[in-house]
Amino acid sequence: MRYIEPHGHMVSRTTDDYEAMLTAGCAAVCEPAFWAGYDRSGVQGFYDYFCQLTDYEPKRAAKFGLPHFTWLCINPKESEDTALAADVLGIVPEFLERPNVLGIGEIGLNKNTRNEMKVLEQHIDLAMRHGQMILVHTPHLEDKLKGTRLIVDLLKADARVQPGRVIIDHVEEHTIQHVLDAGFWAGITLYPESKTTPPRAIDMFEVYGGQSVWLNSACDWGRSDPLAVPKTALEMRRRGHSDATIDALIYGNPIRFLSQNPRFHLR
Amino acid sequence: MTRQQILDLYFMDARSKLIDLAAFLDRVDRAEGEADFRLAAFRAALQELHGGEPQRAKAVLLSLSDPTTEPIAAAPGKGAIGAWHQTH
Repeated sequence: MRYIEPHGHMVSRTTDDYEAMLTAGCAAVCEPAFWAGYDRSGVQGFYDYFCQLTDYEPKRAAKFGLPHFTWLCINPKESEDTALAADVLGIVPEFLERPNVLGIGEIGLNKNTRNEMKVLEQHIDLAMRHGQMILVHTPHLEDKLKGTRLIVDLLKADARVQPGRVIIDHVEEHTIQHVLDAGFWAGITLYPESKTTPPRAIDMFEVYGGQSVWLNSACDWGRSDPLAVPKTALEMRRRGHSDATIDALIYGNPIRFLSQNPRFHLR
Repeated sequence: MTRQQILDLYFMDARSKLIDLAAFLDRVDRAEGEADFRLAAFRAALQELHGGEPQRAKAVLLSLSDPTTEPIAAAPGKGAIGAWHQTH
């Protein structure tokens, strides 16, 4: 088995996790910027975090022979503070040329507020001005439906946005069709409690198709499993899917999307 | 897969989860004090299981979702609760 982990918050995982992922067949890991579990006190905290994502973490992954890529932004959980967001957006461009940066992400919404919308719009504009791809986080639980609709509407309102260069992550059964119909890629996140389980992810793959879909673990400091993608592949085998179908979903698809940025390459 | 194969693969797991749901509702009933909006939302979502179309997961998720369309003025907090309530 071989797979790409297209969404893993590796700064909050151990080296044992890197070893386990490699053992399971991971060929590359991509790490969007996210909330640290606490609000950073200022832009300097983000500067240090972006250094970690573009310098230290790829070196740590490389010790295990694993290519590491990243996406940069201020996450929606900290977007209520629009002054902080403006400061962070101001430092993002100086990191965009670093060799493992794939684009702007994970941007999006959390509680679907006006300030979050404003900062999301600024992120989209930043991405378009710099020719960047976009990775979008959709809100949790009861906020996901509304947030996904707002995000899709905002992206579609910007004529510069090419939907095929945008992935809208954390879709579930009530949002996946809306995302795919609008021409965006859809990410299915495998979590033990929230988001989706492996059987539900495979249901969505079977019902809605897998041409523009990837699977990810979004492993972080919360309840999550860095091996969720290969475990879902095993579940697909139990459901009778061929090795070629599984390979296309967990390896071919993320490569097809991510390779739109020439910086993404496997050794 | 055939229905028989699906049952072979998932029946025991679904049975276990069904009993867990029943036990959860029993636990809530045995407890003292007032419930909040989540219990009513949960019971409403359960009704979606009776639908005749294979869209039950989607229907349950929609039942628990915020149906409004306009951004709110300010975040009441960072977390989500799992069921929508108009006053928060």
